[in-house]
Amino acid sequence: MSTSSRLANSEPRWLRRVLIGTGLGFLFLFLALPLLAVFAEAFNGGWSAYIEALKHPEALSAIGLTLFIAVFVLPFNILAGIAAAWTIAKFDFRGKSLLITLIDLPFAVSPVVVGLVFLLIFGAQGAFGPWFAAHDIKVVFALPGMIIVTLFITFSFVARELIPLMQAQGRDEEEAAISLGASGWKMFFRVTLPNIKWGLLYGVILANARAMGEFGAVSVVSGHIRGETNTLPLHVEILYNEYNAVGAFAAASVLALLALVTLVAKTIVEWQMRKETEMLDAALPPEAVRNQE
Amino acid sequence: MPRLIQKLVLVLVTAWVLPALADSSLLNVSYDVARDFYKDYNPIFQKYWKARSGESVELKQSHAGSSKQVRAVADGLEADVVTMNQASDVDFLAGKGLVTKDYAKKFPNNASPYTSTMVFIVRKGNPRALQDWADLIKPGVQVILPHPKNTGNGRYSYLAAWGYALRQPGGNDKSAQEFVSKLLRNAPLFASGGRDATTTFMQRKIGDVLVSFESEAELIAREFGKGEFDIIYPSLSILTEFPVAIVDKVVDKKGTRKLAQAYLDYLWSKEGQENAAQNFLRPRDAELLRKYAAQFPAIKTFTVDEVFGGWARATPAHFRDGGTFDQIYQSK
Amino acid sequence: MKRVLPGFGLSLGITLIYLSLLILLPLSGLAFKTSLLSLGQFLDIASGERALASYRITFGASLLAAMINAVFGLVVAWVLVRYDFPGKRFVDSLVDLPFALPTAVAGITLATLYAGNGWIGRYLEALGIKVAFTPLGIVVALTFIGLPFVVRTLQPVIEDIEPEIEEAAATLGASRLQTFARVLLPGIFPALLTGFTLAFSRAVGEYGSVIFIAGNMPLISEITPLLIISKLEQYDVVGATALACVMLVISFVLLLAVNALQWWAANRHHGKHRVSL
Repeated sequence: MSTSSRLANSEPRWLRRVLIGTGLGFLFLFLALPLLAVFAEAFNGGWSAYIEALKHPEALSAIGLTLFIAVFVLPFNILAGIAAAWTIAKFDFRGKSLLITLIDLPFAVSPVVVGLVFLLIFGAQGAFGPWFAAHDIKVVFALPGMIIVTLFITFSFVARELIPLMQAQGRDEEEAAISLGASGWKMFFRVTLPNIKWGLLYGVILANARAMGEFGAVSVVSGHIRGETNTLPLHVEILYNEYNAVGAFAAASVLALLALVTLVAKTIVEWQMRKETEMLDAALPPEAVRNQE
Repeated sequence: MPRLIQKLVLVLVTAWVLPALADSSLLNVSYDVARDFYKDYNPIFQKYWKARSGESVELKQSHAGSSKQVRAVADGLEADVVTMNQASDVDFLAGKGLVTKDYAKKFPNNASPYTSTMVFIVRKGNPRALQDWADLIKPGVQVILPHPKNTGNGRYSYLAAWGYALRQPGGNDKSAQEFVSKLLRNAPLFASGGRDATTTFMQRKIGDVLVSFESEAELIAREFGKGEFDIIYPSLSILTEFPVAIVDKVVDKKGTRKLAQAYLDYLWSKEGQENAAQNFLRPRDAELLRKYAAQFPAIKTFTVDEVFGGWARATPAHFRDGGTFDQIYQSK
Repeated sequence: MKRVLPGFGLSLGITLIYLSLLILLPLSGLAFKTSLLSLGQFLDIASGERALASYRITFGASLLAAMINAVFGLVVAWVLVRYDFPGKRFVDSLVDLPFALPTAVAGITLATLYAGNGWIGRYLEALGIKVAFTPLGIVVALTFIGLPFVVRTLQPVIEDIEPEIEEAAATLGASRLQTFARVLLPGIFPALLTGFTLAFSRAVGEYGSVIFIAGNMPLISEITPLLIISKLEQYDVVGATALACVMLVISFVLLLAVNALQWWAANRHHGKHRVSL
């Protein structure tokens, strides 16, 4: 799918320029400038102050904790996301719109409220809090609470990414596999997973970015214990409030960089994905592709 | 990849297991600008405690917004001691049975080891010639302060202005409300916190005057440069107290009462008091206050107890839903 | 209809259990806490003057931000998929930034940029437009945090458009604009709607970035999450949950409506497609 083959039905040159200009101008104002401002503040005290801020034990422990939580929630997000997408994309049943809405719901709950909600359950004055306290199990103001809250806010991403993809792919390939006698699991690992693997990764990467960057919800259940339950976004806020702008923005820039790392990963993923589809397109004549649908 | 995970696990294990190796540990849950103070105080106390009992103690700090912190303690954050910037926050814990009701009498000076006051930060050379609270309600003067209902410094600023108006000749609740209402109309925005107010005033150059803790002026100088602003002391301001308390329920469970008591007691020692002065918080110790007189100009102050009958009455009257703050913003 | 594919029970079971434990159980705690209020108390909290003003500001600004995102997000997604230009990969990767940057950092940075002496604000101020510390600032912050949703839902769909459709339209004499409006837009509209909805619902709940740029003046620039925090500052958890419930119910109804609409549109479209084959 090269650009030249599209020339016949592409926009006139001036319009293309206007669109590119508009799109890039918008991104520049809303994304690039803020990013630039973050780095400008971070390097306000020079390179050495920047490094110094990041080498601080509390900063290192915050980075470690943030990465740990992000990695920990991955398998849960993958499993739940695939299950939800499989249910919704491959079957028809009553209440499907309701189910999709419930999956969207975590997006709409204010982070402020997410934390509060889990305190209502696990907090010392909450529904199950006293039971956990009696058994000496720490949920909130400790790692488990922070993980649960992160699971809540990242739940929707994988499913939301997979549903349109799986719907577009339809059921034919899987149905063929089953009718040829494949078991359910075999069908899943041989047919479904290869089809959705790149979309899955895409969802995971988005969820990952959100897991690392979340402040509001995690803040409520973290307890803010330095070097222990402080994640990177919490560390940023606390440094800022203490009039340590360089430290705060240096930590924030690390988050931006971590996002860029996942974005590089995503770029590679997308590139691979494109290569695969191109190979597929090349292997099958267009008519075959259309007949297959 | 597995190596990276191994490393991470190692970092986390070190963070969570190693502290257990200290003889005992203490969690101090505190408000957000107190970090500098306790960062300096903790080693002083550790040295003292080692000499006194031979034990090494691990001191853990937690800092965030004051009321958020006490809510966390009520919800199960296991703080041995709380060190707050407003009595109403400790009162809340007393109401929940975590802290004794007469906590203010368990330590000297209303259980507040140091104090501060609300002052004005103005642009270099004080171009608008703002000298007192009355100048802040003049038309066209822009006042920057944190949200009076949702933040500790905002509440102190609000009460300081109210108390000033009340103490003027012929002052009463009605004239005070009128005064504060005029002052708030001069606020172009309510900052989300003390730090945000400072950034708005210093970096974004909005407003003619910033109402702030005296102790924060030093932090502002550190971040933005000393020559960038002047500090103005009004004729009368509020004495801000920073109460400390032992969380009885936690220390009894963990068996850390003696340590917690010593940790807070030592705040009133010469070393503890001097540390306060060095962090630009007014020490209770009269001798040290004289020694540091240059950085603490004399100023007439009143306490929340004196003018408002304590936070337990000031909070519902002014800051609860339907209180004087909300009344000022009713459309009718 | 007989189901050929296996795993319906298993995947539905996992989904429902996970959803119940992680999402529904906690949210029902919210409803339970709110139910401790009498109806009169609830109405007092939920329909006070400040609360009503905050709904208008929150939902209004979110709507406006989602619309800005829908328009510019469509342009961005189109440009990123269809055109080649230097630095495209980098620009593409920037789009996810709002997810990774803590919201407070976004708020502080945007406020500094759009303040009267900021990189952007000084030019706007010269034109007499104030952004930081006005309701417009809220729109800016919400636009920032919602952008990835629109772009990322549109990108794969635009990529999927088959060139033959456009070619056919062009051959039949349709102008480029006609092709876009009549042929392309209907195809990408469902995805645009999804992106719009997700950006909107995320914006409604946003707190961290908004409070730094809003100015937080009662009745003018006070968002509902700020009122929730205000309740919590008074240790009024029940009052906070009441407001949270109101927001949740409104969001839920809106999301349900959009999802149902989309489902209905997709089925109708699907049916037509079958017939035409």
